Amino acid sequence: MELQVKNLAVARGGVPVLEGLSFSLTAGRALVLRGPNGSGKTTLLRTIAGLQPALEGDITGAGERIAYAAHADGLKTALTVTENLTFWAQVFGNTDISQALAGFDLLGLAERPAGSLSAGQKRRLGLARLMVTGRPVWVLDEPTVSLDAASVALFAEAVRGHLATGGSALMATHIDLGLDEADVFDVAPYRAVPRVSAVDEAFL
Amino acid sequence: MIALLTRDLRLAVRAGGGFGLGLAFFLIVTVLVPLGVGPETALLSKIAPGILWIGALLACLLSLDRIFALDFEDGSIDLLATAPLPMEGIVTVKALAHWLTTGLPLVLAAPALGVLLSLPQGGYFWVVVSLAVGTPALSVIGTFGAALTVGLKRGGLLMSLLVLPLYVPTLVFGAEVARRGGEGLTVQTPLLMLAGISFGAVALLPFASAAVLRINLR
Repeated sequence: MELQVKNLAVARGGVPVLEGLSFSLTAGRALVLRGPNGSGKTTLLRTIAGLQPALEGDITGAGERIAYAAHADGLKTALTVTENLTFWAQVFGNTDISQALAGFDLLGLAERPAGSLSAGQKRRLGLARLMVTGRPVWVLDEPTVSLDAASVALFAEAVRGHLATGGSALMATHIDLGLDEADVFDVAPYRAVPRVSAVDEAFL
Repeated sequence: MIALLTRDLRLAVRAGGGFGLGLAFFLIVTVLVPLGVGPETALLSKIAPGILWIGALLACLLSLDRIFALDFEDGSIDLLATAPLPMEGIVTVKALAHWLTTGLPLVLAAPALGVLLSLPQGGYFWVVVSLAVGTPALSVIGTFGAALTVGLKRGGLLMSLLVLPLYVPTLVFGAEVARRGGEGLTVQTPLLMLAGISFGAVALLPFASAAVLRINLR
């Protein structure tokens, strides 16, 4: 099953930002979204993750198959790295976190409270969460923010491992991940023309 | 869901978790009221059930904005919304965690603090019963208020104003149970009304809370 987006239009705060988007993402593939700041990449990813409704168009193969990672990592600073990760594993019905800890080089930090980690370490923990979800489609919003070169390489390796097991990844990023096999999709040509909305979407 | 409940309880008792905030506030109210009213035992014992109920209600109100605000700030609420848990389940667990960390300690502390207010002899049992039956409604209604205002900067004021009128029926019947119990009168009618409010709120409000939370996350 593949993630398919057909003629999608998305809106931020009731204002359309992107329209006419169509692409598909098959198992084992990665798709990198590009576009200038404010072009609507985050809005598009939130729509695909199901956090907000699409203005028009269809998304198929999303829903329960998506593991979403936003700008914020969703970490509890009072809990340790293990506790944070175990919580998300349990939410998604899994128990094994050792692979995720190892994959993002967090074994040495396992008992540290998340609040005492550096920004890059927090990010690594946030990304390690993806590996415990067991979901096939990773939807990532700027996954490499505050990561150093070595950590970006770790992340690329994790994505590769995910693709090799039949997963897929959709990510918005500005930097080169070293994922040569990834397709690139530029959202800039799909900027929406302003339109007058007849209904207030807050009441839909 | 159990994972979410244990996480919330664990967070509440860790440093900065806010466990005990409501309890401390409840203690302050019940300690200060006798000092402010003066050493008139007859007057105090007359107003004791009402004071205990108002103290419990305000203590509940104090900790409401923590229910979703912290999860919203660190982004967990977005991630929970995309997790396989139904939103209705998430808000129910959140309300339950709030009740366990705020409502239940108040119920247990009320008899001890009733002594400070010279609560009449027969009143202790009914104060505990009325709080035990009524505080779940306070938590569930409060969760609805918190869901309405999640994402607003300093939404605490707006939330208090929204929630306060919704708390009125619970307060009226809860305090009435405690008062009538203290005076040795029959408590059946207000107790049934209070239980009805609690059960109704627990049964219906999670759907409303989940709906407004979904809209607020857009």
